[in-house]
Amino acid sequence: MNKELLNKQDIERILSRIAHEIIEKNKGPEKLCLVGIQRGGVHIAHRLATRIDTIEHVNVPVGSLDISLYRDDISRRKKLPIVRKTDIPFDISEKVIILVDDVLFTGRSIRAALDALMDFGRPAQIQLAVLIDRGHRELPIRADYVGKNIPTARSENIEVQLEEESAEEKVVLISGE
Amino acid sequence: MPKDLVSIKDISKEETEAIIDIALSFKDVLRRDIKKVPALRGKTVVNLFFEPSTRTKTSFELAEKRLSLDVINFAVSSSSVVKGESLLDTVRTIESYGIDYLVIRHASSGVPHFIARQTRASVVNAGDGINEHPTQALLDAVTMQEKKGGVKGLEVAIVGDILHSRVARSNVDCLTKLGASVRLVGPPTLIPLSPPAGVKVFYDVDEGIRGADVVMMLRIQLERQGKSFFPSTKEFFKYWGLSAERLLLADKDALVMHPGPMNRGIEIASDVADCPQSVILEQVTNGIAVRMAVIYMLQG
Repeated sequence: MNKELLNKQDIERILSRIAHEIIEKNKGPEKLCLVGIQRGGVHIAHRLATRIDTIEHVNVPVGSLDISLYRDDISRRKKLPIVRKTDIPFDISEKVIILVDDVLFTGRSIRAALDALMDFGRPAQIQLAVLIDRGHRELPIRADYVGKNIPTARSENIEVQLEEESAEEKVVLISGE
Repeated sequence: MPKDLVSIKDISKEETEAIIDIALSFKDVLRRDIKKVPALRGKTVVNLFFEPSTRTKTSFELAEKRLSLDVINFAVSSSSVVKGESLLDTVRTIESYGIDYLVIRHASSGVPHFIARQTRASVVNAGDGINEHPTQALLDAVTMQEKKGGVKGLEVAIVGDILHSRVARSNVDCLTKLGASVRLVGPPTLIPLSPPAGVKVFYDVDEGIRGADVVMMLRIQLERQGKSFFPSTKEFFKYWGLSAERLLLADKDALVMHPGPMNRGIEIASDVADCPQSVILEQVTNGIAVRMAVIYMLQG
């Protein structure tokens, strides 16, 4: 049983709100840069950058981060690993980084992303923005900006389909069975 | 992925392409300020080199350290092997240390294959006799992928001492798997009597490199040649060496490759080795990235 939780319009509204929150919290976008976690987070980071540009007329740099080399479950994997592109074409030192992901779950991806970012420099601050927080944290990690909190069972799955990758844009709850 | 990489034949076309892709990602890591990732933290590799090697050993060691592996170099000349220990006992002793990977070079063909069946660790063949050198073939493929945008459809001429070359053997398998067409070029004495299926053989070097997209020169392996296969190194250069004039016969954007170490003036002219078409140093850099990719892919 799949249940649609958000449609395209819902997602658009959420991202507009998060863009405003980011600007408000940081008193303007001047020191900001956005880093999306591959893959969903990268698309969301680009969309947030577009919105910040529309609101403040400032071009915030966007990078992409692949965390597979920093994961803690590497020796338990079963299939061929894919290492996607990490591309951070700017100096992150002394910047405020908005780390962006589509779904926040155990927090282990974010832990890996923090380690990866530290290898690129020493940012002034890292904040976390996610489209969905589905709970079940295994590490003391929380998001600064949350699109929607969705309580789930562990056996369930959240699928974020963005128009960059699929035909229809929506967020779906997939039941465990 | 299989447990070991002993032969190019161990991996499918898809796995070969995946290694090339991941190697290109690792190349990005090598360009960063911090050129190290924690991917294999807590795992251990032993480099077991029974045959002298400087560049391959350095390349493997660097690749291993970039993956955060703990690296042990088992120096054969100062070990029990010279005291008469058998190969199998050496391997069993090393395995008892609790290791995850074993990188092996040996002067006899088939040794890595034998060891792979005796150990639970993942074995990577770093060159065995005149048999195979799979990571060299993979780094050559990465270089072609990067410089030519793909390996499929390329005309690759491998020139020189094919008979004694594990590089040639692995390259033929790897390149044909990826859809390139391979020409083996050299004097009849240095080309196997029954060349692998699907490759073209040329005894005339000018014909062999005409129109080629890649000209891969091999080192004349005097140390493996028990007898004379050609009159003199001077004559070899005259008839089989890659000079600037000869290179004009290949495609105008042809890549010049060499697995190293080069014998300048024997198989390749000094000015050709340093010309803009030469990607010989690029191959060295790609070697580290590809060895990272292979070890990373084998584990688990």
